[in-house]
Amino acid sequence: MQLINTILGGLSLGMVYAAFALALVLIWQSTRIVNFAQAPMAMVTTFIALTLIESGMNYWVAFVAALVAGFVLGALVERLIIRYVDHDNHINPVILTLGLFIVLHAVAAVIFGSNFQSFPAPFGLTGFSVGDTTFNLTPTSVFTILIVIAVMALLRLLFLKTDLGLTMRAAAFNQEVARILGVRVNRTLTLGWALASVVGSLSGLLIAAGGLVHPSYMDGVVVYGFVAAVLGGLDSPAGAVVGGLLMGVTLSLVSGYLGSGLVPLAALIVLVVVLLVRPGGLFSTSTERTV
Amino acid sequence: MLELDGVTSRYGPVTALQDVDLVAEAGRITAVLGANGAGKTTLLRTISGLHRADAGTIRFDGRDITRLSTDQMTRAGMAHVPEGRGVITELTVKENLRLGALGRSTHRDAVSIDDVVDLFPILGDRSNALAHTLSGGERQMLVIGRALLATPKMLLLDEPSLGLAPRIVSQIFGVIRQLVHEQGLTVLLVEQNARSALSIADVGVVLGLGKVVAQDDAAILAADENLRHAYLGY
Amino acid sequence: MSALLSSPILRRTLLALVLFVVSVFAIDLLSGFRQGQVASIAYLAIAAGGLTVLTGINGQLSLGHGAFMAVGAYTTALLLGRWENMPLLLLLLISIVVTMAVGAAVGVAAARLHGPYIAGATLALAIAVPALAIHFKDTLGGEPGLRVPTRDVPPLADDALFFLTGTDTGTMQWLATVSVACLIVTFLLLRNLSESRVGRRWRAVRDDPVAAQLAGIDLGRSRVLCFVVSTATAGLAGSLMAMITRIAAPSGFNLVLSLTLLMAVVLGGLGTLTGALIGAVLLSLLPTFVTNFGSGMGLSDLQAAELAPLVLGLTTMAVVLLAPAGLVGSLLRWRQQARLSRS
Repeated sequence: MQLINTILGGLSLGMVYAAFALALVLIWQSTRIVNFAQAPMAMVTTFIALTLIESGMNYWVAFVAALVAGFVLGALVERLIIRYVDHDNHINPVILTLGLFIVLHAVAAVIFGSNFQSFPAPFGLTGFSVGDTTFNLTPTSVFTILIVIAVMALLRLLFLKTDLGLTMRAAAFNQEVARILGVRVNRTLTLGWALASVVGSLSGLLIAAGGLVHPSYMDGVVVYGFVAAVLGGLDSPAGAVVGGLLMGVTLSLVSGYLGSGLVPLAALIVLVVVLLVRPGGLFSTSTERTV
Repeated sequence: MLELDGVTSRYGPVTALQDVDLVAEAGRITAVLGANGAGKTTLLRTISGLHRADAGTIRFDGRDITRLSTDQMTRAGMAHVPEGRGVITELTVKENLRLGALGRSTHRDAVSIDDVVDLFPILGDRSNALAHTLSGGERQMLVIGRALLATPKMLLLDEPSLGLAPRIVSQIFGVIRQLVHEQGLTVLLVEQNARSALSIADVGVVLGLGKVVAQDDAAILAADENLRHAYLGY
Repeated sequence: MSALLSSPILRRTLLALVLFVVSVFAIDLLSGFRQGQVASIAYLAIAAGGLTVLTGINGQLSLGHGAFMAVGAYTTALLLGRWENMPLLLLLLISIVVTMAVGAAVGVAAARLHGPYIAGATLALAIAVPALAIHFKDTLGGEPGLRVPTRDVPPLADDALFFLTGTDTGTMQWLATVSVACLIVTFLLLRNLSESRVGRRWRAVRDDPVAAQLAGIDLGRSRVLCFVVSTATAGLAGSLMAMITRIAAPSGFNLVLSLTLLMAVVLGGLGTLTGALIGAVLLSLLPTFVTNFGSGMGLSDLQAAELAPLVLGLTTMAVVLLAPAGLVGSLLRWRQQARLSRS
């Protein structure tokens, strides 16, 4: 029974990691940057939602407002900062997003305070029960699973079925050819960051539901989300989703049976083992580099 | 249709094009010839805005386009056809073609994907294949077909014969010829393969180390034995 | 004498000795508070110097050097907890060796990773190590951490310093002197190492791995070696930090420490030790300065405390965008250009 409940908890957590990993993959595909600032970006938008809720606004209005804020924040970050980074040196973009990481942290602490604040959940937090046994599947975690699936379906539709999605994919795969074909590449990059930031913000809101938020509550998620993305191969949105679920379940098992203090170490071990065995991730068909 | 006036292009300290004057007249095929490193590809990249000219002006259809961005150029009716590597290999053949149609300039009757498939039937057969599974010749047909879907006034073709079998080359050149004759398309053709290029071109321009060394009717250039030996290698 | 000075290694060793003697006097003149600042600048600079070699010279990125500092600090805390009078040199050495062992394990994995993967793996490390300290409460003290007992100044050192300065040596003065000595020795070694054959190999691996491999350099071994050297400095820094702050606690080794170390390296300019030193100075002095400024502007203490990372982050972003060679690197380049245009 404990096993089933741990896995159930892992699934909803995994959905959140999947969403976060997907946000990382979207940005990696289009700009070859791992956006480590994704975590504090999501944290900031969650705080915006919390502020709105505390000022008496309806939960769902605040939820949507946070996603819109995520869209704007993502677009601004790309347009004002990322566009100007020198890509020749692979260290520069990483440091830039880490700098942004620290800045957003500090800004949030100054504006929203650095103490723990509780964040409301949209639905109940008690598990469904059958007879005497209660399952670790709450209405909120069902909502989490469903909304992440819905968002993924929408993104899939956007990228595979619409002209806008096609231009975004073209710009991600080959900027120069996309330009030749008349694609306004700069705009699609901004849009890509904005969309990724919305997905990241969603994961921030879902993690926060019924829990505590403070400026660094997403720091662990960026690590687990990154490991999930790498499991899937960093280049594969579907891989990110599977990687997220795997991470969610694995880390829940570690936390449930061995202790929560070992979770980050487990994530590190999973990451290193996967990279050593399959350097391109679980779903890659080619090995990326030999030296 | 296209006029270059004193165009100079540099890559850092290297001058790839120096003071190039060139005219490509409407409804004709102008071939730009020259050895490796003569500046042919830089010329195309400079015209289509992928590389900024350091000096000089470029006019297209009577309009100064020197400072236009590449995507604006495409929508103004100029289609840069990169060599076969310019297919987006991660997308399917059909998606590559759809992309071409998205950058459409509005001044002409639209070309449909079916029209392109009529020109290159193989693209219809491979419609749902990922572009990286295509052969060199198929890729070349795909990039040309994709460019045509934007209904351009002018095609900039970069080495369409590179690495292809002679039979495929003549098929592709045949299609280009047909497009010029039937639809009045203007073509700027950059080629290292001077013999076949001069055989379909109306006018030839010879580049040597970034400068124009000769510009004349294709037939006259083809007959000039000294020029052929010095710059065209046949 | 002139023959002696013609060897760069001897010249640098002499310079280091002179620097050390000067700093012994200088530290003696400072107040206790300033001595504490000097000590913390010294250990930050040691860690930043090691990271500079790793990132700037070998091209490997580590977002987890704070974790290696934690290993050194906890080793020191545990050792001192059991043997309070362990000789200082032995204490530092064991802390360094333990950290190097952990570093070797991580380095073997890291050497096979690249770009964003190594960044992610070391990021995970930065989070994993403090969590371990919380998990193993009984040995590592959990959330509140381990207290590090204050040590008396060894009589021999006290006498020697008295001989030089004519004053008795306080505990903080002693720690500051030790830290500065460690800093000088570390930088001397790193400088000599980076200009040796080994250092040239590290640069070759950074600049063009394929060419380096074709030239017969074992990429993996070269990367692991550099990683281990770099973690040794982090272990030393952590050990000093534990003694200076008198505590080894998870909160001291959070992600922000790892990131600020990296920023010190970036601010100074990737690849120059002077830059690492300047970065460390900025890093230790900036918080006090900015926090006072914030309080003066009417911010609450908690808010003012956040201004330092804010300024640090903004400065780092500005440096990456505007002067990708770092502050020192940009200055050097600017001077070179000026010299070129003159000649």
